[in-house]
Amino acid sequence: MSLEVGIIARAGGFEVRAAFSAGTGVTALFGRSGSGKTTILKAVAGLLRPAEGRIALAGRPLFDATAAIDLPPERRGVGFVFQDARLFPHMSVRANLDYGKSRGRGAPGFDAVVDMLGVEGLLDRRPATLSGGERQRVAIGRALLSGPDLLVMDEPLSSVDRARREDILPFLDRLRREARLPILLVTHEPDEILRLADSVVVVDGGWTTASGTVGEMFAGPELEAVFGRAERGSVLDGQVASVDEDGLATIDIGGARLELASAGLAAGRSVRLRIRAGDVALAVGAVDGLSVRNRIAATVVAIRAETGGPSAEIDLDFGGWRLLARITRRSAVELGLRPGLPVTALVKAVSVERAW
Amino acid sequence: MTADEIGIVWLSIKVAAAAMAFALPPALATAWMLARGTFRGKGLLQAVVTLPLVLPPVVTGYALLAVFSPNATGGRFVEWLTGAPVAFTWKGAALAAAVMAFPVLVRPIRQALEAVDAGLEEAARTLGANRWRALATITLPLAAPGLLAGLVLGFAKALGEFGATITFVSSIPGETQTLSLAIYGLLQSVGGEGPAGRLMAFSVVLAVGAILASEALARRLPGGGR
Repeated sequence: MSLEVGIIARAGGFEVRAAFSAGTGVTALFGRSGSGKTTILKAVAGLLRPAEGRIALAGRPLFDATAAIDLPPERRGVGFVFQDARLFPHMSVRANLDYGKSRGRGAPGFDAVVDMLGVEGLLDRRPATLSGGERQRVAIGRALLSGPDLLVMDEPLSSVDRARREDILPFLDRLRREARLPILLVTHEPDEILRLADSVVVVDGGWTTASGTVGEMFAGPELEAVFGRAERGSVLDGQVASVDEDGLATIDIGGARLELASAGLAAGRSVRLRIRAGDVALAVGAVDGLSVRNRIAATVVAIRAETGGPSAEIDLDFGGWRLLARITRRSAVELGLRPGLPVTALVKAVSVERAW
Repeated sequence: MTADEIGIVWLSIKVAAAAMAFALPPALATAWMLARGTFRGKGLLQAVVTLPLVLPPVVTGYALLAVFSPNATGGRFVEWLTGAPVAFTWKGAALAAAVMAFPVLVRPIRQALEAVDAGLEEAARTLGANRWRALATITLPLAAPGLLAGLVLGFAKALGEFGATITFVSSIPGETQTLSLAIYGLLQSVGGEGPAGRLMAFSVVLAVGAILASEALARRLPGGGR
C-alpha cells in the first residue's frame, strides 16, 4: 500500500510543487513553517484541489487533473489528524470516536484503539474538558476508527505544550508499530523525525526537494540548512542483543555491535540509535589501550573538506550502514584517509543516543 | 376574552407559524450561501434579502398583490398548483408575513453558521461524511441556538406584521384579520379601546412567551452549553 503524489497546487498566491511517494510506515514531511507542508496534506485528503498532477493511493487515483478525477474527501480513505484536533464540541468523546465508523471498512476494533491511545477514562467527557494532549489522542483514535487506507497527521504535537508531548509520543510510537497503514506526518522538529519516522521528504519553499530514509537524511547534506550542523550524524536501527549487569546493553546492527547504556532496554527490543558526526573519532591500524567501547570496522566512502573551515566530513560504510564522522582536515591528511581505506570508527558508549 | 378574540389570536399564531414553516428552508439555504458561499453577486443577494426590511411594507404588499393576485401569473400558478387562490386568504397572510420576516430570520442564522468552524466540517468529511451529513450532524446542531433565535425573532415579526398584510390580503375577519389588523380596526371604531387593550395585552404575552420558550430550549440544545 503506497501513496504516490505528483502535483502542483496554488494556495494564497503560493505555489506548491510536490513529488514523492510514501510506503508503509511513517513518512515525515519536513520543512520550516510556511513551506507548504500542510497544503500538500490537504491536497492528499481532498480538502484542497491541486491545479495539476496526480495523487494515487495503492494504485487507486484520488486525483488526476488530466483524467478529471477528483474524489471528494469522504471517498478518499484518508484519515486526517489536524493540528488543532478539531473534535466536535457538541459530542462526547465516545460519539467523536464513533463518528467515522459508518465508513467502517477494515477499521480496527473500538476497544483496541481506545486501549492503544489510553482514552478509556475520557469516553463520556466533552472535548472542552480535555487537555491538549488528550484531545490529540482522541483525534488520532477518531481518524483510525474511520478505517483509513492512509493516515495524515499535521504537526499533531505542536498544539500541545512541550511538557505534555511526552504524554503523546509513546502513543504515536505504538501507532507506528501497530497500525498497518502508511502514515504521513508533517513536522518541523528533528526530534519527531528521529523518534517516529522511517523516511523523510524535505519541503522547502513549497517544493519537495529531497527524500530518503531517516538515516540517509540525517547523514546527507539536504537537511543541514534546516537542522544546523550539530544535528547531523548517523541513524542506525537495530535490536538489543543482550543487557548486561554493569548497566550496558549490546545492540546488534546488521552484524556490527554497539554498546550503550542499558536503561529501559530489554533483550530483543528494537531500537533506533543516533550518533552525531562530531562524536565519532577515526583510527587507522591497530587500536590499543583506549577507553572507547565502540570500535567499528568501517571503510571510507567519501571525504568532504569544509571550505574555509578546519573540519572535514567523512562518509563511512560498515555492513551497508552509513556512518558520518566529523574530524579536522589536518587529521584527515595526517591519517592519509582516502576512499576505500579501512578504518576503525571510535564512539564512546555515552555518545550513543537512543531515539527509541 | 370573547370567542372572536380567541379566534383572532389563534389565527395570528396559525399565520405566523405557517410563515415560519414556509420561510425556514429558503432562509437556511440563503443564510448558508451568505455564510459559506464564495460566488459573484453575493452582495446582490444580501441586498435582495434585506429589501423587505427597508422597503415600505405597503410597497412589499403591493408587489405581492401584483404577482399573486388571482389574475396575475403567480396567482394563477399557485391556484393551478394548490387548487386555491392565495390572495385574500390566510395563506396569503402567511406569505406576506414570511416575506417580511425573511431578513429577520436570515440574519441570526447566517451569524450562527459563520460562527461554526468550517474546519469541523472538513474533519467530518475526512471521516467519511458527505456534504449533507456534515451539515446535518455538525453545522446545524452547532448553529441551532442561532437558528432558534432567528425563528423566535421571525415569529414575532410575523405576528406583528401589518402593512404588507393589509395591502396584500386586506383585513377579512376570520380569514386574514390577525392581531395587528384587528387591533387597528378596533381602534378605528367607537368603544373599541376595551377589546383592543385585551388583544394588545395578549400580544405582549405571546411575544414574551416566545422569547422565554426559546431561551429554555436553547439551554437544552447540543450546541447551547458551550
